[in-house]
Amino acid sequence: MSSDNLVEFQNVSFAYGKRPILKGINMTVPRGKVVAIMGGSGCGKTTLLRLIGGQIRPSQGKVVVNDQTVHELDADGLYHLRRRMGMLFQFGALFTDMTVFDNVAFQMREHTELPESVIRDLVLMKLHAVGLRGARDLMPSELSGGMARRVALARAVALDPMLIMYDEPFAGLDPISLGVVGNQIRRLNDALGATSIVVTHDVHESMAIVDYVYFVSDGVIVAHGNPDEMRVSDKPFVHQFVHGEEDGPVPFHYPAASYGADLRLGAENA
Amino acid sequence: MHSRIVKAVRRVGARVINAVWRFGVASRFLFLTLAYSGTSFSRLRLITREIFSTGVLSLIIILVSGLFVGMVLGMQGYDTLQRYGAAESLGVMVALSLVRELGPVVAALLFASRAGSAITAEIGLMKATEQLAAMEMMAVNPIARVVAPRFWAGVISMPLLAAMFSAMGVFGGYLVGVKLIGVDEGAFWSQMQNAVDFHQDIVNGVIKSFVFGIAVTAIALFEGYDAPPTAEGVSGATTRTVVTSSLAILALDFVLTAFMFRGEG
Repeated sequence: MSSDNLVEFQNVSFAYGKRPILKGINMTVPRGKVVAIMGGSGCGKTTLLRLIGGQIRPSQGKVVVNDQTVHELDADGLYHLRRRMGMLFQFGALFTDMTVFDNVAFQMREHTELPESVIRDLVLMKLHAVGLRGARDLMPSELSGGMARRVALARAVALDPMLIMYDEPFAGLDPISLGVVGNQIRRLNDALGATSIVVTHDVHESMAIVDYVYFVSDGVIVAHGNPDEMRVSDKPFVHQFVHGEEDGPVPFHYPAASYGADLRLGAENA
Repeated sequence: MHSRIVKAVRRVGARVINAVWRFGVASRFLFLTLAYSGTSFSRLRLITREIFSTGVLSLIIILVSGLFVGMVLGMQGYDTLQRYGAAESLGVMVALSLVRELGPVVAALLFASRAGSAITAEIGLMKATEQLAAMEMMAVNPIARVVAPRFWAGVISMPLLAAMFSAMGVFGGYLVGVKLIGVDEGAFWSQMQNAVDFHQDIVNGVIKSFVFGIAVTAIALFEGYDAPPTAEGVSGATTRTVVTSSLAILALDFVLTAFMFRGEG
């Protein structure tokens, strides 16, 4: 009996050394949905993805994926689970010594015994889905940022994963690529019957395509709800974030001594 | 004063502990590389590809350097030997210096700076651009897929490169000694043939270059894999590869020589 949630965070904390990154996170990602995790840079969003992928272990609590506790799996179990996940890294992380075609074919060649003719058809189908069938023979260095992201997307879904994770899929894209990648995230999720988690700080692009949003700040979840609720939310953090205000709960200034004291104002008078 | 001394001792202690710890991590890394080598041998294409980029692409520098080192040996050797009226032994001198010492050592030093630095930079950049993390997330072990093939490619290439270095060097010595200076050609080759022992000289030279190959490639791979994922991190690691492996080559050479030629030859 599998539960309705593909991913569950149960009171998860994580620290790098003594520096706490996540503090008691509770979060669920229902099957078939596209969920966004939003927050400022360095708030621990990417750490959440790394916990799901089992690249790091929580210092407290547990992460459950497809009814399995990730950090309790042995190496084989973890690799088995990862075969059913696809991940899009921030800048694509394409293998620079392989062509676009070989990048997408990589997992099929590593994990399946499929004959090369079948792999060819599958790769071309994946590339066609992201509009880059014609770019199959290019090297990653010959691609624009948006194209590289789309190739990485095709590679992430190469084995039709049950869970697709996106780490800042919109970072550094022009407006056209932004819309293209956004729509593809939604379309691929629905076409594959997968579940997607999008870590991002791009409010407008992601609000348009996701079903549910979690806001993370300073290692805790400060708000969650569907995009419409978030747009009208009066919580200070959400308001600041959604409307891109300079000052608010997230201060503009890095902590420092008082401005006057720093400029030694009044020092001459003393 | 007292606290200063304590601080200094502590700093030294921390550096020693850090060095030992890093050595431990590196040994573990080498062990894992060996343990995950199965994939490389069941898919030999992975290794041959790397032999091309580490071995074949190092050929030019190895062959040219070998030729010049041999020519210099020819000149210097002749100058010294003719003082004792032993100029016909030039062939022996050139061949023994190359096969026992210069071939393995100089080829390994060149290999470290040509191929070792390239390996470190490549692996370091793969790490910095999250390619290794991506591979791991695809349930492919980067040590098995990326590190092990490069390791074996280096270990296989190194003795071959050293042999080619020595062969080129002998040819260079011949050019200078026989063709240029005019040492008797028959004496040059026949004395070399008589004096160079297969087991004592050639096999020992091959063993040396094999050991150097392991050391250089393992250091290069570890430095790349361990590099901080930033521009400075990768450049620092590349430098460390060349420095550490050069020192390792020379230190190992001393140890190996001490074992191999204990005044018997």
